[in-house]
Amino acid sequence: MPLFGVEATFWALLGPFVAAALSPFLAKTLKHNAAWLLAVIPALAFLQFLSFVPGIAEGQTFKASLEWVPTFNVNFSIYLDGLSVLFALLISGIGTLITLYAGGYLKGHENLGQFLSYLFLFMGAMLGVVVADNVITLFIYWELTSITSFLLIGFDHLRRASRRSAVQALVVTGGGGLALMAGLILAGYQGGSFELSELLNSGDVLRESPYYTAIFILVVLGAFTKSAQFPFHFWLPNAMEAPTPVSAYLHSATMVKAGVYLLMRMHPVLGDTELWMTVLPIFGGITLLVGTILGIRQTDLKLVLAYTTVASLGLLVMLTGTSDPVAIQGAVIYLFAHSLFKGSLFMVVGTVDHESGTRDLNRVGGLFSLMPITGTAAVLSALSMAGLPPLVGFVAKEVLYDGTWHAVNGGLWTGFAVLGNAMMFALAATVAIKPFFGAKVKTPKVAHEGTVLLVAGSITLAVLGLAAGAFIASVGHQLLSPMTSAILGTPFDEELHLFPTYLSPALYLSLATVALGIIIFMYMDKLRVIVADALRTIGWGPDKGFDQVLEVIIRFATTLTQTVQTGSMVTYMRATFTVIALVLFVPMILTGNWPKLQGIGSFYAYEWFIAAIAVIGVYAVLTARYRVTAIVLLGIQGFAVALIYLLFGAPDLAFTQFMVETLSVVILALVMTRLNLKPTDARSSRGKAFDISLSVLCGAGISMLLMSIIQLPFDPTLSEFFTQYSRTIAHGRNIVNVILVDFRGFDTIGEISVVMVTGLAVLALIRVRPKSNGNSNSEKNR
Amino acid sequence: MAATKTTVDITAAMVTEAVPLADWLLVAPVLLTMAGGAISIIFRKKSATQPWIAITTIALVILSNIGLLNHVLTNGVVTMVMGSWLPPFGIAFTADPLGALLALTASVATMCVAVFAMNSIAENERRYGFYPFLLMLLCGVTGSFLTGDIFNLYVWFEVLLISSFGMQILGNEKVQIDGAVKYAVLNLIATTLFLAATGLLYGLVGTLNMADIAGKLKAFDSSGPMLGLATLYFLAFAMKAAAFPVNFWLPASYHTPRLVVAAIFAGLLTKVGVYALLRVMLLLMPEGRDWLASLIGIVAIATMLTGSLGALAQTDIRRLMAYLVIAGIGAMMAGIAVGNEVAVSGAIFYSMHSVLIMTALYLLVAFMFQMSGTFSLREIGGLYIRTPLGAGIGLILLLAVAGLPPFSGFWAKLLLVAGALEAGRGWVAAGILVSGLFTTIAVGRLWIFAFWRGGNEHTVDGIQALPIAGSSDASEISWSIWLPLVVLTALIFIIGILPETMMSITENGAKTLIDPTAYIGSVFGGIR
Repeated sequence: MPLFGVEATFWALLGPFVAAALSPFLAKTLKHNAAWLLAVIPALAFLQFLSFVPGIAEGQTFKASLEWVPTFNVNFSIYLDGLSVLFALLISGIGTLITLYAGGYLKGHENLGQFLSYLFLFMGAMLGVVVADNVITLFIYWELTSITSFLLIGFDHLRRASRRSAVQALVVTGGGGLALMAGLILAGYQGGSFELSELLNSGDVLRESPYYTAIFILVVLGAFTKSAQFPFHFWLPNAMEAPTPVSAYLHSATMVKAGVYLLMRMHPVLGDTELWMTVLPIFGGITLLVGTILGIRQTDLKLVLAYTTVASLGLLVMLTGTSDPVAIQGAVIYLFAHSLFKGSLFMVVGTVDHESGTRDLNRVGGLFSLMPITGTAAVLSALSMAGLPPLVGFVAKEVLYDGTWHAVNGGLWTGFAVLGNAMMFALAATVAIKPFFGAKVKTPKVAHEGTVLLVAGSITLAVLGLAAGAFIASVGHQLLSPMTSAILGTPFDEELHLFPTYLSPALYLSLATVALGIIIFMYMDKLRVIVADALRTIGWGPDKGFDQVLEVIIRFATTLTQTVQTGSMVTYMRATFTVIALVLFVPMILTGNWPKLQGIGSFYAYEWFIAAIAVIGVYAVLTARYRVTAIVLLGIQGFAVALIYLLFGAPDLAFTQFMVETLSVVILALVMTRLNLKPTDARSSRGKAFDISLSVLCGAGISMLLMSIIQLPFDPTLSEFFTQYSRTIAHGRNIVNVILVDFRGFDTIGEISVVMVTGLAVLALIRVRPKSNGNSNSEKNR
Repeated sequence: MAATKTTVDITAAMVTEAVPLADWLLVAPVLLTMAGGAISIIFRKKSATQPWIAITTIALVILSNIGLLNHVLTNGVVTMVMGSWLPPFGIAFTADPLGALLALTASVATMCVAVFAMNSIAENERRYGFYPFLLMLLCGVTGSFLTGDIFNLYVWFEVLLISSFGMQILGNEKVQIDGAVKYAVLNLIATTLFLAATGLLYGLVGTLNMADIAGKLKAFDSSGPMLGLATLYFLAFAMKAAAFPVNFWLPASYHTPRLVVAAIFAGLLTKVGVYALLRVMLLLMPEGRDWLASLIGIVAIATMLTGSLGALAQTDIRRLMAYLVIAGIGAMMAGIAVGNEVAVSGAIFYSMHSVLIMTALYLLVAFMFQMSGTFSLREIGGLYIRTPLGAGIGLILLLAVAGLPPFSGFWAKLLLVAGALEAGRGWVAAGILVSGLFTTIAVGRLWIFAFWRGGNEHTVDGIQALPIAGSSDASEISWSIWLPLVVLTALIFIIGILPETMMSITENGAKTLIDPTAYIGSVFGGIR
């Protein structure tokens, strides 16, 4: 594999997995400083992806493929265009910084190596999601991100809340993933290829396919669960149980955007339909508002950020759902800006938590002089989040307003956006001002600036947000417009300006947002109480709903299992024989293949006689009062059957039958005398009647099937062959014997071993003494 | 007798040329296990040598099965007739990719169990036949996978049934006997139905050779008794495979025997039922399958859902695993219900995967019990810190059984879902996916309780509880327990990462089932 060029991307994809394997060892020897060394790997990956930027800005795309599972057209193929490269840059770039941050954050933690290992596994998976060309490969990476996210959320595994959140995230995102799998396969079949690069060129094939709605719903379910869209948003704030590096990386900058990535990726072939332009903006808009409103309620800084992340994801989905080019360009800029400022803010909050011992809004204040670098990062990032110039967040807001304003149903979407952004403004202000300015508050630990490892990430991202704002024209041309083009499926390159060049509606909307945001910020504490009260009155949310659904499923499962698996052998037998009766009769009813009643009249008298003996034998068994009598009487029926064999030319069989009947009657009778069984039948008369009819039905069914078969001509090839060669080649006059020992001797050897094993089993039953009967007596065995 | 020799044309009745050496691989597994079983009965009192007799035998069987699979993949379907009688008159052994692959997988699983049992089966239980039973079980299972004769298949069913019964009661505890009675009686009903159906089938077509049956049944129009017979076969094998609603025996019996016994049961027994369904429904009675497709689909969905929901309902890990076996059976039946090449390939892939994963999971339960001293989800805990390697193995195995990538179960599920979608059977696909979700919840809960939680369910946050008295430390776990677990986990992982080889085999197997020309051609050579 070459070290440069498109194919070198495979190394970049492999790198994080190698790092994951190395982490435990490096962390053992180098402690937290291992982060410096390990960060080189994502940094190199970043450079690799960066090398594609010039080409992509000119409208090129890059592809490479390794054969993986050709039998099912699954290839290890990559597709690099504006969309995937920007995502890959964010993942590897922020990943580098997070690696350092994690080293600082978990300094001295005994499981640092394990943590880094999971983090790199995630990184590898996430890079795979965004560069995969093959939809199956994409899906595999997708599920891997869910699994690694599960491990990271539950990292602090001795706490119940961590475990619960981890499983919740796995179930929600993993469950959505299952829908996605079906959606992608369907899309692949309908579009004629599992390769995205080919699928994306299939034009209207998917939109016109009869399966469009199914594909849409399945793909959207996958995207919504992953990107925490209402009503699946609840898992994301819970995921904040994870250590902060995880929250910064997975649950703001990267993984939660995978759903948005998927929607953007599929936009050229699934977007621009009425369904798309209705469902996505509505759910996105609701998520935006729900996220911000719930964010207002929080006092935990990390949860404030978590809910604004939910809101931002909603905004992105809403914008993608408009299918409007400018709105999508807005989404792209916002996504870029969000990754920078939210990643930075999470690291800031983590640092504050790490250094001051708390991240509760009401317990921190005036930290700026103590933590100047962290404070600067917080202010810059919050400005971007608030959408103020000269940061890139401002540009994002301008463009997205411009987009929604002109989009279909633009008024509604603009309203959602303004309201959401205003609340986001207020929350940004809260996050930056409360901890760092105002009166000093006594914190649990004496706060001071974090180590290099802790501050490097947040300040870098914050400054990048500033730089991106300053050089927005070039960033737009190199990075953002190519991504927009990829989402739209058509080239798009409008020059971006930091400051609006004319007085557009967007600017007025921006001003309105700021004004509204300031008002909200001023009444924040009151609003918090109002929202909290309102939520308490409602008293129910999807988070609780998740538990309830799970509880209902488990309760239903328990009831179902106990109903089916009663532990009573009588029930099992009745159910089984009911099924047997159905299986015998239903095909006859459906095909009308009833046997003809012919040949009954041609019975000879002695045949009637023997049949009568058999019937009498069975009747006697049924009416016998004691088991021993019943067993002896069973012999009558057996002997009658043996007589029938004798009459129809099978003397060997008849003698065998005589032997077997005699022996089993003797043995059973002997055993029964030794057993102390209740002589009476415990069944009710209704139960007996049921059992009788069941056995009559089963017997009749088998007989009728048999009759319908023997009424057809028999193919005598085998018997003719045996007659012809039994003596001449096998040298035996008794054909039955020759069949047993020669023609079908292999059956016999099998049967002989059955006898041998049976003997051994009997021996084991007699000789092995049970160790205990402890747990068996108390509980009924189901 | 010299006179007769001159008058009889031997070539009309027998294969006259010598059997090629490579074809002996067809019967080698059966002969080896039978011999090994006999030898270990002879040396039944030397309980220290017992495991080594078994391990040597199984190692030879594995080698032979590798050779056979290779033979089948390079030369196509292979047939050998017993006593050189021309088919369909003698008993034919016929190996196609399906049979050869499953035979190999079964022998690998048996090997893992044989090693695991070295330190987990008591000395007196060894003396009363654990290893002979194990070898005869493998004999019955490989015989079933490789025979080309439907009555002979019945004989191997008997062999494996009686061997499994012997293993089931080893220990003689009351609960075991109760489980064994339910197991044996309900399974005997199934084998009796199988026997009855085979008798009727013989009456219908006058032959027992599978290739011959496949050829001759084509001549019957579907309105005749053939459909009734197909339904009867379906029921018989569905019972053996533990499909809903005739699977009472499985949850009633799988938690009662020794765990390594449960491991081999879960790995092999139900799969023989699935194998028989694949063979009979697809190769012998494709028209019957078409007619029954909707029914099989409903049964498959019900089996998957009751299985995965049953797993969710359990608090005893052993029972939870039993229900996971059932959920898997439903998935394989889904492949039969869909019946196209992709789905059947998925069902074969799943069968192979299921042999490995279910064996591994019961071994994991045994390991977890040794480490924690409990089977209860309420009591168990603290294993993550005490055995990180065990936690890793547990996570991989549990994710694999839920069908999550990148493990072997994923590819099986992918093929099944893709096949169902291709055939327009959306409900079947939905059933597989929903059952996968329930399974994920069940195994996710199991893993976080057993490994992540510090102790039993009352353990306070942040506390790693002391282990229950009598449970072992990770350092006390014998190599004979680690080795099989690690090997099975590695196989499941490797197949998950590099599935191509396996998938080309299963695809090949599916093709051979759906188009029986190669199978029939192998049996009858140039004769017809």
